[in-house]
Formats: sequence, C-alpha cells, structure tokens
Amino acid sequence: MNRALPTDLPIDDALVKEHGIRETEYAHALEVLGRVPSYTELGVISVMWSEHCSYKSSRIHLKTLPTEGPTVLIGPGENAGAVDLGDGLAAVFKMESHNHPSFIEPYQGAATGVGGILRDVFTMGARPVANLNSLRFGSLDLPKTKQLIPGVVAGIGGYGNCMGIPTVGGETRFHESYNGNCLVNAFTVGVVEKDKIFLGTAAGVGNPILYVGAATGRDGIHGATMASAEFGEDSEEKRPTVQVGDPFMEKLLLEACLELMQEDCIVGIQDMGAAGLTSSSVEMAGRGGSGIVMDLDQVPMREEGMTPYEILLSESQERMLLVVREGTQEQVKAIFEKWDLHAAVVGRVTDDGMWRCRWHGQEVAAMPVPLLTDEAPAYDRPQSRPTWLDEAQTLPEIAEPADLGEVLLSLMAHPDVADKSWIFRQYDHEVGTDTVIKPGADAALVRIKPGAYGQKDSKGTKYLGLVADCNGRHVYLDPETGTAGQVAEAARNLACVGAVPLGLTDCLNFGNPEKPEIMWQFAQSIVGMGQACRAMEVPVVSGNVSLYNETTVGDTATAIHPTPGLAMVGLYEGEIPKLNPTLPEAGLQIALLGDLGAHLGASLYLYNWHGLERGMPPAVDYPSELALHAALRALVNCREVPYLHDLSDGGLGVALAEACLGGVGATVSLPGSAERKDALLFGESHGRAIIAFEPAKLDQVKALIGQVPMTLLGVSGGERLSVQGILDLPISELEQAWSSTLPETLS
Amino acid sequence: MAFDVAVLTFPGSNCDADLRWAVDNTPELSARAVWHKETELGSPDAVLLPGGFSYGDYLRCGAIARFSPIMNAVMAFAKAGGPVLGICNGFQVLTEAGLLPGALLSNAGQKFICETVVLGKEGRETAFTKGLPETLRIPIAHHDGNFFADEATLARLEGEGQVLFRYLNAQGERQAGAAPNGSMNDIAGICNAAGNVVGMMPHPERASDPALGSADGSALFSALQGFLESK
Repeated sequence: MNRALPTDLPIDDALVKEHGIRETEYAHALEVLGRVPSYTELGVISVMWSEHCSYKSSRIHLKTLPTEGPTVLIGPGENAGAVDLGDGLAAVFKMESHNHPSFIEPYQGAATGVGGILRDVFTMGARPVANLNSLRFGSLDLPKTKQLIPGVVAGIGGYGNCMGIPTVGGETRFHESYNGNCLVNAFTVGVVEKDKIFLGTAAGVGNPILYVGAATGRDGIHGATMASAEFGEDSEEKRPTVQVGDPFMEKLLLEACLELMQEDCIVGIQDMGAAGLTSSSVEMAGRGGSGIVMDLDQVPMREEGMTPYEILLSESQERMLLVVREGTQEQVKAIFEKWDLHAAVVGRVTDDGMWRCRWHGQEVAAMPVPLLTDEAPAYDRPQSRPTWLDEAQTLPEIAEPADLGEVLLSLMAHPDVADKSWIFRQYDHEVGTDTVIKPGADAALVRIKPGAYGQKDSKGTKYLGLVADCNGRHVYLDPETGTAGQVAEAARNLACVGAVPLGLTDCLNFGNPEKPEIMWQFAQSIVGMGQACRAMEVPVVSGNVSLYNETTVGDTATAIHPTPGLAMVGLYEGEIPKLNPTLPEAGLQIALLGDLGAHLGASLYLYNWHGLERGMPPAVDYPSELALHAALRALVNCREVPYLHDLSDGGLGVALAEACLGGVGATVSLPGSAERKDALLFGESHGRAIIAFEPAKLDQVKALIGQVPMTLLGVSGGERLSVQGILDLPISELEQAWSSTLPETLS
Repeated sequence: MAFDVAVLTFPGSNCDADLRWAVDNTPELSARAVWHKETELGSPDAVLLPGGFSYGDYLRCGAIARFSPIMNAVMAFAKAGGPVLGICNGFQVLTEAGLLPGALLSNAGQKFICETVVLGKEGRETAFTKGLPETLRIPIAHHDGNFFADEATLARLEGEGQVLFRYLNAQGERQAGAAPNGSMNDIAGICNAAGNVVGMMPHPERASDPALGSADGSALFSALQGFLESK
C-alpha cells in the first residue's frame, strides 16, 4: 500500500535524527511495523515517543509512587486525578508545566499552560473551581527576569480571569539556577458528582469520533518535541512552536462540554494538549483497548494547504476529541452550535487495535496502538550521585551575625519571602464567590456552596484546602530528604486552614535526564516523595514531568535546581474557620507548636546572608509531624484560635515577622539559651507552627494539642516585633522591607 | 410571589452564576437566567448584566455584546423606566449600548486589578442604592475600569447627582486619585439621567456574604428588594 503523499519528505537517517528518534528506537519501530514508516507516521512516532508524551526516562520511577488509598477515585493515567470528597462529590485536579514555551514567549506560554490544565479538568466533567500556580524565575535583578515576570503573570491572569476561574494561590521563588529556564507550573481543581466523571476512552465499535472547538492551524507543531530538549542560544528562534491561547473560545468550550455532559451522549472525551490530535486519539484508543480510524480531511482547518503531518502535530489550543454514542451526533452538534462552536465527525472507533488516518480516502498512517503507548521506549537511565554533594552537605564554620534584626529585614525583603501581591492582584481570585481564604495565606480555602451539586453536606459545608509548594534548595542539597520535606510542608500548610489532605499532584521539573547526576536527583526525589506520601497517607493521583530544563551557553550547561513541585488538595468540613491573615489583636498568647528546632542547613538564611547553599536540609519526623497536623486541625475546628501559621522559609523569625504585618506587634523571648540565636530564629526545621490565642484559653488549647510540644513565646501587642535580647524592630520597617521588593523591581 | 430578576448571560459572561446566587440569597428576589440569543425578556421586575469577558472583550469591552439579540429588549425595558444594573463587564456593555454615558478605558497601570476597595456612596437615590451605608467595602476585578467622560458629561454627572459610587482611600476618605484604575473624579459607578439604569465596576455579589470578607454588597440587592416592594 502506498502511504506516501506528494508533500512528504523522503525518510532517511538525517530526517529520523531530526525528529529526535534514536537509532535503537527507530529499529524498534521498523521491527514492529515491518516496513519503513511514512512521513506522517514518522512525525507521529516522534511526538508520541518524545519525553514529554512518553515519560520514557521517568516511567519506571513514577511507578513506585503510592497512588492508591481510600480517598482515590482515579489515579494517574487519566487526564487528571480524582479524590472523594464524600456525599457523592469528587475533586478532580492536576498540575502541569509550561516551562519551555513560557521562557520563549511568556504571555502566550503561561496563558496556554493555564488553558491546557483547565481542559484536563473539565474534560472529566468537573467544573473548575480554582487555579494555583508555581513559578520560578532567575535572579530578580536580571533583565530577562524582569521581562519574564510581567508576561507570565499577565498570561496566567489573562487566561484564568477570562475563563472566570479564580486563581487563589500559589508560590513564586527566585534563584540564579532558573536564569535560563523559568518554571511555570499551573494547577486546576474542579468539582464533580463522582458518578458523573468522564474518561478519555474510545469504546464501542462504530461510534463516531467528533472534533470540537477551535479549528486547527499550524501553531505549536512539534511543541512536545521542543519541550523534550535543552535550550541553546537559539531558543528565541523557537517561538513558532509556542501556541496562542483564546480563553474566550475555551470558556465556550467549557460551558458547551458541561452542558453536553448532562445528556447521555458521551462515551469518552479528551482534550487535545501536547501533540494535539495525535496523542488524544492514540491515548483514547489505548485506554479503550480499541482502534481508531480518522479522515483528516474532515478536521476543521483555519489555514489552506495543511498536510496530514501538520494536522496531526499541530498544538492549536481549545480543541477536544469526543467519542459519542452512534445516533447522538445531531444532539451533540446542536449543543455546540448553541455556543457557536463547530463539531465535526472525523472518524470512528474500530476493533482492530490499529490507529489509522486517511487523507481524501488514501490511508496515510496505520500503526498498532500499543506501539505508540505502552510499547513506547522506556529507559532505566544511569544514575550517579553528584561528587560535589559531600562537600555541599557539610556545614562550614559560620560566624553569627552581630545584628540579627538586619538579618531579619533582609530575609523579609528577599523575593522568596517578600509580598507577592504585585502578582496575585493581577489574578481574579474572587470570581465564583467562594474564596474564603485568599492568596497570601499558608493555604487557600475554597468553599463548595451547600447543595451546589445537589450534595447533602452531611458533615457541614465543604471547603477545599489548596496549596502548591516546593523548596528547590532543600531538594538540591538532598533530593530524598528535601522532597519528603515538601510533602510534609504542604500537608502542614493545609492543616493551618483545618484541611485534611486527600491527595497530591506533582509537577517534576528537572534538568537533562541523560546526565547521570540529574537522573540521580530525579530518582532520589521520587524515593523521598514516595516515602513521605506513604508515611503521611497522601496518595499521588496525577502528575507531570518536565525534563531538560537546562540551558547551554558556550560549553557550560546550567540545570535548574531540582524542583519537584507539588500541589496538595485537602478537605475541611463544618462551620467556616475563624482565622486571620495576621495577629488580629493585642493581648494574645503566642506559642510555638513542635520542637524548638535549630536546623541551619539548606536555609534561606544561609543563602541570603552568608551566600551559602550548604548543609543537609531538615528531615521529617513523621509521627511528630502528623501529630502536629492533627493538633493544628483541632485548633482550627474549635474556632477559638484566631491565628495559626506554618514555619517554613526563614524559620521562626520570618514567621513572627509575618504575623505582625497587619500592624499588631509581638514581644517574645526564645528559650534554648544553649543554641545559636541565628539557628533558633532562622533555621528551617520541619514540624513547627506558631499560634496565637486568648490567654484564658490556654487549658483548652493544651487539651486539643495532646502530646505536641508547646513553647509559650510571648504576647501580641504594640507596634514592634521584639525578640528579647536579640532584636527589636518597628513593624513599619518590617512591612517596608517586605512590601517593596517586587513593586520596586517590576513597576 | 418573589420578584423576577432577569440575569443576562452573554458568551463569555463569567459572573452570571455568582450574580444569580446573590439575588437568590436576597429575600423576595428570584433570579432567572436569560440567554443572550433570546429576543424577549419576559416580564422581569429588574434586569442585571453580569461581569465577565463577553465575546472575549476582544474588540473593545462590551462592544460586541451590545449587538446581542437580547439587547433590544433591554433597551426597551430601560426606556420604559425598568431598573437595570450593569456590573463590571455589564457596566461596559451599558456604556457601549448608550444606556449610560462615558466609557471604561484600560486601567491607568495597564494591569488587571483584583482587590477590595472602599467605596463612598453618594448621589441620588436609585433602585439599587437607596438606603446604602455611606461607605462600602467591595472587590473590583477588571482590566478596563478607568472611567472616562468628556468635560460636559462629567459636569452633568456630578451636577445631577448621577455619580453613585466613588473610590475612597483605604481610610474611607475622599482623596483625589484614590481610584486604583485612574478613573476620572475617582468614579466607580453612575446612573443615567432618569436614574433607573445603574453601572458600576465593583462587584457587589462578591461582597454579599460574611464568609467572603465583606457583606456590604448585599445592601444593593436589599435596596432593589425594598424598591420593588414599595412600587
């Protein structure tokens, strides 16, 4: 059979190489196909076997993560994961990276990242209720950073705001390792009745396959392949591989899909994300154990003269692929027409296990589905522990600074700690009228309105606790310990708003996996994540891997700090928590929960003040960490403790300063006279939080926290933060340091 | 029987459900969704235009929505004196449709702004503002809320008590330039000469529940309830 078209390029070794396919991989394809692939097929193999789509370096490691548990409804492998919220409801969520496109074209790169993750969630029938994002930029004073931040932030806002999905939180950090590779990780959570979740499957021989949404253009061709290679000095020239977003189109698509899902038409549905029509159709056939035949000439196109190769590889946005029950086509089309969207039948489900494409009747591709899915290459890449790590993990002699007040001010001004309202003011975080705890807190809290999905709310109103977190410095200095710590920290953040963690999604950003040291970081990080998730009973329900976050300039390749970003979803049920963003009034008892902690290694303080990224990151003691979380949740539930705050970057000192930013100060004293004062104040030991309550409630608090150690530190009041014998600063000075950094640099 | 409040949905509206929720939470008010392709409103007691990005705001905010089929019925309802409120994008649609004077330009800082502002209530009493407190804390969320009008219009708005809401400083005081978006005279909301058509950039529906940090916005819906009851 002749599968060649006049527009095809001749297949030779150079073309195969240009498609990023290795010799051994190509040999495998030849063996399975029993012939040389057509040009169209070569393009399809190239994207489906790209790192981005096939997870070929990470698959064997990801399999070790705990993905099951009583809360899990749908684990990894679908468009997004789903956890049980009780009373018949489910939360559907996932986080995804759009790092490479955002570095090349910040506005569109970030915008389409948000668009993509939103589609992953509403594809499953869930109405998106909140977005988070996790951003990493290079040094704040770098001109490139100053160009990237406004673009990325405007892009995230531009898409999410228009869609009407609140962006309720997230985190942004800065480090020179991201100078040549920013990270843009977008998270969406949606809510759905759990028996109305839709999956991306192609089943039922003869069922029609519908293409809906925007027409296909030449944008984003080979985006997935681009995201699977390092950046060089020519990265700016890759702009044409970045897609352009149309949030208005996606808003229509959202409403039309959710309306259609009320009818009994859909068999399977999947969004067209990376590798567009190719991956959506292949994955649907793979999950359904079926085959697919498509007539590519029926695909709505917005450009003249597109070839099958281009149609299949386009990453045009705002498109969905549906398998519907035979006979419902007209009903489906009518709903999309109401929303001024087109729906076109482009193929049928078959049962021969083949993925076939035709072009005006001529078959141009015919490959076994498994070749592109389960049988895609997978590697156990060599790993080696970096030789520099031994020295990096030891702490040198460090002189204690004379003025710890100065140190605190410089930490408050550090962009990782500093006020991020310059960023989240540009995100609509209120739309939906459910954002109860807003950006800037330990975690966001988003209400599910009573009965909004017909649910009963048997334990009171439900609220989703949402947090995104990752301390790349901790991971860099010990991937296993550091990553485990991030899981603990995220769960702790949720506990501070009263939420019980139900599951997490990860977004694993690393350098080039073909380098054994990077692969070691990745593997160790997964070990740490698995360990913490098992110990804390938080399953991983979805995720994404972004490798090759490296830039080569001249002979030097710079990899990012390993950044296994994670977002955790928790549930709070009952009366709305009575919490304040800062100390609400004078006369409150301030206390530290957990051990005193004085772990200096891997701290922001060492990096910021001493210029050192040294020492082991703090380890997690799971029993005491879990006990602390239970205590924090009990305190939120009793509604008598108006202020709780997790200790993280910058330790106790920064946490106390943040507590004062609302204008009510504090006078405290630190016990542990034997310890170094800088370590007590700025060490980043896990398992700690500060709380404030009326002194008369002391016995009640003690009863609620059980065995968790509590140290009474002092009282709230006045206009200064005074740590007796150590520092004494007016709040206005702390506030000034904290609030100036971003506006002064970016405005 | 509850009063019938029509809440329009344009393609790209994204505060329509929030607005219906706030209306339904008000005693004696009942929200009814009206799709933009309809040509008849039915017989509502009030018409509300929600926030969002109608038609993606791609040409100019509200510029395409004003041509939606339902807008003819809205014009007729307004001309007959019926109470009409446009919030955010709804305000933009009303100015584009000529039901309200002035225009909403891009924010002075060219950035989207989402934050809670302090508003001063003033001007004449309308169906939506009668009995409101002097100051209200209500969120804004827009990229194009910079109110502009020519000199004569501005003088008329100020002179005839058509300025209903003004941005105040954080302490709740009048201060020139308090508007975060660059609006002329710090104007946040206005009404037409007849007083029955009101437009405002802040979102009262987002401040209609203590759980959201402020319930000040619910006063507008209560005002509408009072107005309809007294008719």
